[in-house]
Amino acid sequence: MMGGKTIATTRRLMSNRLFLYGCLTATSIAMLVLGVLMISIALEGWSSVSWRFLDSFASRKAAQAGIKAPLVGSLWVCAICALVALPMGIGTAIYLEEFAKRSRLKHLIQLNISNLSGVPSIVYGILALAAFVRFFGVSTGDAPWSIGDPESLFFVQFPFGPSVLAGGLTLALVVLPIMIIASQEAFRAVPQSLRQGALALGSTPWQVIWRVSFPAALPTIMTGAILAMSRAIGEAAPLLVIGGFLLVFQTPTNLMSDFTVLPLQIFNWAGRPQADFHKLAAAAIIVQLVVLLFFNSIAIIIRQKLQRPLQS
Amino acid sequence: MTHSSALVTPMDPATTTPSTPASTQDARAAATAPQSAISMRGLNAWYGTNQVLHALDLEIAARQVCAFIGPSGCGKSTLLRWINRMNDTIPGARADGTLSLHGIDLLDRALDVVDLRRRVGMVFQKPNPFPKSIFDNVAFGPRLHRVYTRTDLEELVEQSLRASALWNEVKDRLDSSALGLSGGQQQRLCIARAVAIGPEMLLMDEPCSALDPRSTASIEELIRELRASYTIVIVTHNMQQASRVSDSTAFFYEGRLIESGATDILFTNPKNRQTEDYVTGRFG
Repeated sequence: MMGGKTIATTRRLMSNRLFLYGCLTATSIAMLVLGVLMISIALEGWSSVSWRFLDSFASRKAAQAGIKAPLVGSLWVCAICALVALPMGIGTAIYLEEFAKRSRLKHLIQLNISNLSGVPSIVYGILALAAFVRFFGVSTGDAPWSIGDPESLFFVQFPFGPSVLAGGLTLALVVLPIMIIASQEAFRAVPQSLRQGALALGSTPWQVIWRVSFPAALPTIMTGAILAMSRAIGEAAPLLVIGGFLLVFQTPTNLMSDFTVLPLQIFNWAGRPQADFHKLAAAAIIVQLVVLLFFNSIAIIIRQKLQRPLQS
Repeated sequence: MTHSSALVTPMDPATTTPSTPASTQDARAAATAPQSAISMRGLNAWYGTNQVLHALDLEIAARQVCAFIGPSGCGKSTLLRWINRMNDTIPGARADGTLSLHGIDLLDRALDVVDLRRRVGMVFQKPNPFPKSIFDNVAFGPRLHRVYTRTDLEELVEQSLRASALWNEVKDRLDSSALGLSGGQQQRLCIARAVAIGPEMLLMDEPCSALDPRSTASIEELIRELRASYTIVIVTHNMQQASRVSDSTAFFYEGRLIESGATDILFTNPKNRQTEDYVTGRFG
């Protein structure tokens, strides 16, 4: 429009600006809260972060206590969780998006998955306690059945007991619905025209998935995996329920080892009355954040690499 | 990998000798008289309870370009998608009557559709290159079917890109993403991709409707060149295009074949009033 602005135009521009400032305020508040949290944690914990802190086991004396067991325990538990939850989650998504016909059963499964993603994680802890730790109370006589030498890497016993394997499976239960839903979204976002193109070239349904749908969905699946694993590494409640230990003086040697994880250690230290342990808790939080950021950045780098051919 | 599929074995081997993909070029060179590639008798098709094709009788000559014309929703695309059985992916799609490719029953439920689609390539309305490099797009089909040895894959890709008149534009950037090409280049890439597996027939579903006039002209020129080696069926809404590229034309209306015949006759001297109205632009 030529000439001066009309009143209506001025009002529209005003409301536009107001909305912009509203969004900016919301973002800044979120960033501010996060910033304050980070700074206060850093101020309290930074002095306690040292190589000795990373390389020592728990202790009753704050000056000697470290996070070797929970740090290594977290890595074990998360590795097991990833090995179980990622293939199962992606597999389920492939079935639901690429194979399952629209049916009542599919609808039921879908509804269930959506509901499960909203279940509090502590409930999964209770399920895991019954299923993995105790095998629903199946009697194995005086001692658990076992295979292999307890000292070796390939030692398994039934029931699993409160072991690192039970912990990993528990977290897998927690993140599985998240993983499935994220992967489903990823497959749904792959244009149907690509599948048609692959089919028209004489691909079998499996080839369509393996050569077209999955590669195209992978970057988005990776994003889902990052979210799922970030959730897993931060969980304390379900592991507490299955009996994750608070004081562990060794790193896991096999799947049946006792374990603890960083969130449990933080929970434990933060609950003590002495201020020195609060400092240790803050230090452990710093380590946990660094580990989380480290793995996330690796995942993001891989995702960028995968995504490059997608962009022009 | 074996290709001793159901396609080559059934039906009457006495009357027709379906050529194996490897020898199609020679077979084409040998034959001279236009023989029928596709023939249909009383073909009906449904989506669910909705009948979309009614008693179609039509012959499509080998190594010619046949254009399907008609207003939207008249069943052209449905018919096209029965020829390479892409309708299998649509729940509730069914057909009866006869539809055959060189004597092979295309409505046979037991037909090996994977092998059929190897022999009948398809180019879609909207260019749909895979989010891969230009090279990988063309090599997709050959890699699926392993119809190459390691050394000649590059040669095969080059041949296919030359056949689709794209080689000179992309030869220096075969490793860059296919999504960086223009719409017209993408469509020619899709044609190269279809040609790379050595089909005997190409189905084109409004291949130029998403393209600008210049790209359209290059695709049309390409179609005229490809005619020497492939049987081509092209669905189009563009009357000029149909008259420019096709040897024969079939006019469909509401799922029925109204008229078919040599393109120059159908456009200049149609027997049917509806056809005349449509090709002269009075309706549709």
